Amino acid sequence: MRERTLYLLGVIAAILLARNIYVMLVGLPDEAFQGAIFRIIFFHVPAAFTCFLAFFTALIASISYLKTGRMQWDALAVSTTEVGLAFGAANLVSGMIWARIIWGIWWTWDWRLTSMLVCWLLYAGYLVLRRAVEEPAQRARLSAVLSILSFSVVPFVFFSIKWFRTQHPQPVLYGEGKMDSAYRAMLYGNWVPLLLLAVILVAVRMKQENRRLELDALRREAHTI
Amino acid sequence: MGDAAARNFQFLAYGLIAVWAILAAYVLTLVSRERRIGREIENLKRMLEDRGGR
Repeated sequence: MRERTLYLLGVIAAILLARNIYVMLVGLPDEAFQGAIFRIIFFHVPAAFTCFLAFFTALIASISYLKTGRMQWDALAVSTTEVGLAFGAANLVSGMIWARIIWGIWWTWDWRLTSMLVCWLLYAGYLVLRRAVEEPAQRARLSAVLSILSFSVVPFVFFSIKWFRTQHPQPVLYGEGKMDSAYRAMLYGNWVPLLLLAVILVAVRMKQENRRLELDALRREAHTI
Repeated sequence: MGDAAARNFQFLAYGLIAVWAILAAYVLTLVSRERRIGREIENLKRMLEDRGGR
């Protein structure tokens, strides 16, 4: 992606975020039972959506790499995985801060929380694996397999609150516990700039991965001389 | 504002700060990695040029 396009996306994301934070803090009323802390949901849920979307893209890129052997797919897979992990961490930490106020505890080994943590650790393991393998093609192949296997946990994380009795709140975007339309509009509205930010980070990280491939090629050349 | 409401706001601030701190930390790792890769590429290119010149 061109640098100018990335800057433009960055400006749009910053404007939207500034507007959303203002409306979130000043325009929207406190939630009746939770109070002000409820607003954390406008970052917590979009961060989770962005994380899962990034992992899904990594899945598609990994399958495509195994089919075609093109390193561009591997670059996309590692870039989306890294960005997904950053948003996943934001989701986990913001959830813990919310839980400290609402549940009185930072963490509980609940199905949703535990499965999300396991999912995050699996994808962190993907990055550890990449550091352990030197040869680029072998690294890409092994990490593609791990990425595909790791994605199997994502639907489990998503549906865990449906399948098991959990302390985590039930879905707030559909069903009986659906939020007020103003809150829902803010939640989706805040997902847009976070998604734009994720696209920018993935594009930057992909460029970096291409430079790393150049570095690998130079290293091999240096070894042969 | 009562104590509970103030604490509620305080933790909301912590939550928002934490989200942006995590994303900022990731951006910083990207920047430092970019510098390191650039430096290594320059060093290797220089080394290969030196060897080629001999």
